Amino acid sequence: MTITASWYLVVAAILFGIGAIGLLIRRSVLVMFMCVELMLNAVNLTFVTFSRTLNDIAGQVVVFFVLVVAAAEVVVGLGIIVSIYRSRRGTTADDLHIMHG
Amino acid sequence: MIPMLAKVSVPDATMFVVSAAIVLLGAIGVVLNRNPVRGALCLVATLFGVALLFLEQRADFLAAVQIIVYGGAIVVLFLFVIMLLGVDKSERLGRDPLSWQRFLGIVAGCLVVGAILVLAHIAWATGTKSVSGVASSKTVPNINLLATSLFTTYLLAFEVTSALLVIAVVGAVLLARRRTVVIDLDGPSTGLPRDDDPEHGGGYQDQTNPDPDSRGDLDGDNGDRGDRDDLVQVPEGIFEEHASGGHGS
Repeated sequence: MTITASWYLVVAAILFGIGAIGLLIRRSVLVMFMCVELMLNAVNLTFVTFSRTLNDIAGQVVVFFVLVVAAAEVVVGLGIIVSIYRSRRGTTADDLHIMHG
Repeated sequence: MIPMLAKVSVPDATMFVVSAAIVLLGAIGVVLNRNPVRGALCLVATLFGVALLFLEQRADFLAAVQIIVYGGAIVVLFLFVIMLLGVDKSERLGRDPLSWQRFLGIVAGCLVVGAILVLAHIAWATGTKSVSGVASSKTVPNINLLATSLFTTYLLAFEVTSALLVIAVVGAVLLARRRTVVIDLDGPSTGLPRDDDPEHGGGYQDQTNPDPDSRGDLDGDNGDRGDRDDLVQVPEGIFEEHASGGHGS
């Protein structure tokens, strides 16, 4: 007998929570980006787990699309970070106060 | 945990526990490491653990893609940017200008986990009949099942994904390109990139120089981001600083 789906879901929930905490408490934009990746992976794990539980390939197809979107997101996001760094000499969230009131 | 895992065979339980530990310890390492490079390496560990968890659930293709795309491409891109920008100095975790923000962040994160765990007990999957094929079969490999579904049921989404990738590449090029509009006070504005301008030839080399000493002069007085670079009227003497401080469009 294999591991029940609940354990995978618990791991995914904790992983998502760690990613969310990191996104909220870290100030470096790069590390915040990595925390977003952690959260995406948690959701991917959930999709694969339900794909196995329900015996439906659609969950894995969705994970495939999430991978593609994550790659595109990282490319654009890192481009934005580089262009911010060029003009501001820093990549913490505190450097991005252009829209503060 | 032990009684529930006792019904499982020892290799399965061992593999799950080990990969879950890799995932969670790597994730904690990403959050707590001061050095972004070490954080990225911890991220590799997490992604590898997630790939192991995929493998345990018979998602073979996704496990391979996870390692190739995430570990091989995305994390390398992260490391590339970290080292290109030279921001691999340690971030100070101890001193926070908004100290209450960290406390609130941890509280909110724990609330997220609690909410997910509570919801997992309340709302459960309905088990609706599959429309896109089974996930595991005794005879057909996982990759064939995935490909069949991807190229029949989800063909439109697949095509749109290719458009998304093209858009992302174009966007990244636009973001990374330096806006180099030539404002020639002696003649008509050419709008050519600066390395095409014979008068200022070689100036482009300075822009791409990763040496931090020579980068210091690029930011000039472009502190006001409200101004577009192509609208700035610059005297001739400090022309190069203004023209090279572009931030894309």
